[in-house]
Amino acid sequence: MLPLYLIILFPLLGFAINGLFGAKLKKPLPGAIAAVAVLASFVVAVLRFFELSSQPESSRTIVETAYTWMSAGKFSVDVSFLLDPLSAVMILVITGIGFLIHLYSIGYMAHDHEDKEGTLYARYFAWLNLFVAFMSVLVLADNYLLMFVGWEGVGLCSYFLIGYWFKRQDAAEASKKAFIVNRIGDFGFLLGMTLLFLAAGSLKYADVFRVVSENPSAFNVGVLATMGVSGIVVITLLLVVGACGKSAQIPLYTWLPDAMAGPTPVSALIHAATMVTAGVYVVARSSALFEIAPETKLIVCGIGALTALFAGLTALAHTDIKKVLAYSTVSQLGFMFMALGAGAYTAAIFHVFTHAFFKACLFLGAGSVIHALHGEQDMGKMGGLSRKMKATNITFLLSGLALAGAAPLAGFFSKDEIIALVFAAGANDSIYTVFGVVGLLTAFITALYTGRQYAQVFLGEARDEHLHEHAHESPAVMTVPLWILAIGAVFAGFLGVPHLPGVPEALHAFPNWLAPVLSAHAGDHATPHAPNMLLLLLGAAIGWLGWIAGVSLGKGAQGALLPQSTNVLSLDAAYNATVVRVGFALASTLKWIDDNIVDGIVNGVGVFVTQVGEALRAMQTSYVRNYAMTMALGALVVIAWFLTQKVGP
Amino acid sequence: MVPISYYLVVSAILFTIGVLGVLTRRNAIVIFMCIELMLNAANLAFVTAARHLNQMNGQVFVFFVMVIAAAEVAVGLAIIVTLFRNKETVDVDQVNLLKY
Repeated sequence: MLPLYLIILFPLLGFAINGLFGAKLKKPLPGAIAAVAVLASFVVAVLRFFELSSQPESSRTIVETAYTWMSAGKFSVDVSFLLDPLSAVMILVITGIGFLIHLYSIGYMAHDHEDKEGTLYARYFAWLNLFVAFMSVLVLADNYLLMFVGWEGVGLCSYFLIGYWFKRQDAAEASKKAFIVNRIGDFGFLLGMTLLFLAAGSLKYADVFRVVSENPSAFNVGVLATMGVSGIVVITLLLVVGACGKSAQIPLYTWLPDAMAGPTPVSALIHAATMVTAGVYVVARSSALFEIAPETKLIVCGIGALTALFAGLTALAHTDIKKVLAYSTVSQLGFMFMALGAGAYTAAIFHVFTHAFFKACLFLGAGSVIHALHGEQDMGKMGGLSRKMKATNITFLLSGLALAGAAPLAGFFSKDEIIALVFAAGANDSIYTVFGVVGLLTAFITALYTGRQYAQVFLGEARDEHLHEHAHESPAVMTVPLWILAIGAVFAGFLGVPHLPGVPEALHAFPNWLAPVLSAHAGDHATPHAPNMLLLLLGAAIGWLGWIAGVSLGKGAQGALLPQSTNVLSLDAAYNATVVRVGFALASTLKWIDDNIVDGIVNGVGVFVTQVGEALRAMQTSYVRNYAMTMALGALVVIAWFLTQKVGP
Repeated sequence: MVPISYYLVVSAILFTIGVLGVLTRRNAIVIFMCIELMLNAANLAFVTAARHLNQMNGQVFVFFVMVIAAAEVAVGLAIIVTLFRNKETVDVDQVNLLKY
């Protein structure tokens, strides 16, 4: 069987080819190389997936060790890869959707008016390939440290790709912001990882989870034992800090909307379908830890609900086509966190899965629109595009409906599952009921802004005649991925239909598939639960009604719509006033110290030596007799010194 | 038998003449000869000591000094000849470029 590391090797190879020789290759060869590399990974992933699914349910775990990365005393980390139902789902999404987005990028990046020499084109695909490689490391790793390598690697690629048009001020700043905000989260993550090692003596998932199940009190190590809370709560909270950074949750979400300064396919791949779901993946992967830390779960659920609601409200106010989608992504990630907090790990991963289809499709559709309108992103200048762009129109409509949660598209099933399970968790702790209500409200807002966006872009009259006249449908290399993703957005939900009477078992394939790896929770996938019919109907109604309301809002609107404020939760301003200002003050103080004290010492030494040299150079007269006299006097001094010494021992 | 101090005094006088010559004269050839004088003063002291102590070491040293002096003469005179070709003089005060 093909080894797992091939999945990582192929894109890495594409990165090397494009990175080293890409500038010499003619368009679209770098794009083709990159796409083929990811396609090869996808093929390997599919083959391994079938191998895994042919195993009996209890033994669906494949571990392949490449080599020992480092070993120091008790500390030993292998570069080894784990394929189990969870990582199989993730790797299929990453390589599959990654391939479609590579394909789309070939068309999208073909006419980049900011890349006159054509050197950026290959660089784009090099970074995109490197991203896929690191993302594969992230999900395939069988220990926390190797996972962290992928985690940092995707952050790096995200930085490069957000700053792809690095000559633009906003892109350069957005890339820096994304990197720095993520570093804050990573710091928490590193601390959590260190504590995990101290407690469990290993960073392998299997070892850590074994210690958790056998002896949870082992986690009260060191300072954690004196803190009065369970050590596992502290560790999981630190992991959540990292997840909040990567998955753009309050209070670290501010980088994601700015990240839209990158090319649109990058937003689709990194900032919607894959990288931002890494936080969700890590929490789901560590479900064994979170299950014995109810305090952390409550916080996670609260963060998710808050983020979902506020990001949804913000999306309502934006008129930039990509910003709406960015806040929508933040909001949907909030849903996933709500699910994690409620212990519905399967539902969270299911939403990751469906969201990858429809949000990637929406982003690529938005990219197609931006492409057609020569870079215009203001929805106030769009309208009436359905007549010009048939394929983009239909795929955007389908995936928009899926995002809105209109039954029976993909988003309906995954979102409804989350809300139902949050309500189910409310049976034990009534605060979850509040979160469930927030979820329902957010679901309505989601449908509202999605419908509004669709109507504003594709329906009604063209608001800018000039732009509308020149608009054209994108080439096939862009529309084919759109169609495939739209099909996914329509049908992916049928893998996780609730347990209604008369529904065949094949329609629960997704929860059943994940059941062996994720910790069971009351009311979750482990035992078939009777779905709340009322909630199902309510969800379906909310989806369609919100959509219709949104469409009617968007149709009549001229430009700005619901213009309350794009700063519903003005964390950016708060950060600027506090953290950024303190940072600047500290930096300018340090600059003063560097300029005056450190440089003062260095320059002082230089000045001293110069002065001494000036004084001493008068001795160099160039007359031989002067030098001879110096020697003679010196000899005299030496002789005089010897004469004054006592002779003999 | 002449006492040892006589030889050493002669040696010291020769050496001092050499030092003074090096310090005061400007002609490179004269300076050179004065250096030879100092070397020979040292040689005299060596031979004296060897005779006095009945040891051959001092005399061997003298041979070494003479060999080195011969080599030194060859190099030194070559320098002076080159100097003369460049400057048309052997006055060391005229050779004063290497200074601040």
